Amino acid sequence: MAQPLEFEKPLLELEQKILELQKFSAEKGIDLSVEITTLEHKAVVLKKNIYGRLQPWQKVQIARHSERPNFYDYVQLLFEDFIEMRGDRLFADDRAIVGGVALFKGVPVTVIAQVKGKDTKENLQRNFGMPHPEGYRKALRLMEQAEKFHRPILTFIDTPGAACDLAAEERGQGEAIARCLVAMAGYHVPIISTVLGEGGSGGALALGVGNVVLMLEHTFYSVIAPESCASILWKDPSKAQEAATALKFTAEDCLRLGVADEIVKEPLGGAHKDVHRAGEELACVLEKHLSRLRGEAPEVLQQKRYDKLRAIGIFRQEIEVRDVSLQ
Amino acid sequence: MFKDIFRKTKYVTISSVPAPRRLAPEASPETVMIRKELPDGLWVKCPKCGEVLFTKDLEKNAKVCTKCSYHFRISARERLELLVDEGTFTEWDNDLQTVDVLEFPGYSEKLAEAREKAQMPEGALTGRGVIEGVPVVLAFNEGAFMMGSMGSVVGEKFTRAIERAIELRLPVIIFSTSGGARMQEGILSLYQMAKTSAALTRLAESSLLYISVLTDPTFGGVTASYASLGDILIAEPGALIGFTGPRVIKQTIRQELPPGAQTAEFNQEHGLIDLVVERSQMRSLLGRLLRYHQEGAGYGSAVRI
Repeated sequence: MAQPLEFEKPLLELEQKILELQKFSAEKGIDLSVEITTLEHKAVVLKKNIYGRLQPWQKVQIARHSERPNFYDYVQLLFEDFIEMRGDRLFADDRAIVGGVALFKGVPVTVIAQVKGKDTKENLQRNFGMPHPEGYRKALRLMEQAEKFHRPILTFIDTPGAACDLAAEERGQGEAIARCLVAMAGYHVPIISTVLGEGGSGGALALGVGNVVLMLEHTFYSVIAPESCASILWKDPSKAQEAATALKFTAEDCLRLGVADEIVKEPLGGAHKDVHRAGEELACVLEKHLSRLRGEAPEVLQQKRYDKLRAIGIFRQEIEVRDVSLQ
Repeated sequence: MFKDIFRKTKYVTISSVPAPRRLAPEASPETVMIRKELPDGLWVKCPKCGEVLFTKDLEKNAKVCTKCSYHFRISARERLELLVDEGTFTEWDNDLQTVDVLEFPGYSEKLAEAREKAQMPEGALTGRGVIEGVPVVLAFNEGAFMMGSMGSVVGEKFTRAIERAIELRLPVIIFSTSGGARMQEGILSLYQMAKTSAALTRLAESSLLYISVLTDPTFGGVTASYASLGDILIAEPGALIGFTGPRVIKQTIRQELPPGAQTAEFNQEHGLIDLVVERSQMRSLLGRLLRYHQEGAGYGSAVRI
């Protein structure tokens, strides 16, 4: 059973009550079916009310949920085969980013994914999903191979952000991320980037330069973590909820702003409630986009990716009319 | 003279917003603080060595401390004036206007303040100019405009400048001064990193030179995009350059950075930048580098620097 989030509690209480009534009715042989049905109806309505209109902060909580499926949970649901490749050939192997080759519906693809741990021990190994430069350089090495062997690239984003420590600074965190951006912009193979959980700023963007950007329904993709935003703006990290609303970073917002191309539906309550269904839905959407992109010529893929990036940004330009007579 | 071959004799100057001549060093927070102590503005105290400097002397020395060589922060326009051959700069896209698309709390007010403080409509200055006889596309962040942060307008101006460099077959020099992507424009700011980088991919495909000059401070999304992508990376002495700022590192993982971390010199020691160059030497160095990379200079043909 997944750990309940605060806003889920009324629903869980109701479900608990239904279970108790069912048990009671079975034990004592009393027919409570009318009462149970009423409560069940109530539960359905409540569920839709709660999950149907999640607030940005609630989505953050679901995206960061300790039981949120990570890349490894999806591997078997998405791919017939996956061979992991390790190391950046320069410094180390970063466990916060995994990558390799896989078969997706029979098609060889290169897969790059950010992975958070499931428990403290794994999180220490994976640095809570915060990659160091060697992680991005591994990603780059594998993506270069994809380009070389004309393999589509599927990236999966789930990170609070890139590692922020002295080691990351010494080894050029900024450069490592920037190299991924520049390389991905130039590739001639299809790239699909999917936000699985947290899309934390530059560390996430390094895998986000896709022809298509997909976001799972309860994810967010942000320029800055809501806590950091709140501490900069209001000197108070506890105002993260307000920052979450202000930053407009939910999947719907990103779709509206032209960054995301499609939202992948999650099971009611979030992907952790039913990872199989979440995986099936994701596979279905990925296949749709990949088969379309595989029909495009290499130059067209590069051009369209450029056009997509080129169109992101909102500003106004006024044609200046100068009054010559005044001069 | 050989270099005159590359010097255009005619330049068109579009009079957009007149360049504000800043006599007092308003852009620098240090000097603003110091000026409270020395209200007449005639004197400035160097934040590094403590020397009290005559403002006029400091300005004559390109705002570098005459005693310890501390490089005061300067505005984009001041930098431009130090670099280009007189009267050769044509500004581009000065009419792009910011839209508070997220209706972010307090953003409109911050923008108004920034415009007032920086005397610029947005935090970027781009255009075409000539450095020591060589035509070049130039782009600057303006540090006084919301920490030089990059939103839609800055990203668009830089991208257009790079695209025009490709059309005109000119090299590009970008001077970075930035806290990173501008949070008030959310995900749109984040993707300006990808947009500018994509334009640089095309510049590289066109075999055109890109020199990135990192000045104090350069951080976050700007370090993680165009600022790190130069064929040549140059920094001013003492400039702080990094991905995560020291305060955020301390807050997040309680790690205190050793003294000197994230300085230009630190970055150079770790193999992250090519050169640390004094402000007074910048123009001449850029001029030489530009001549090395002029069209037709490949395959060992002679170049006079």
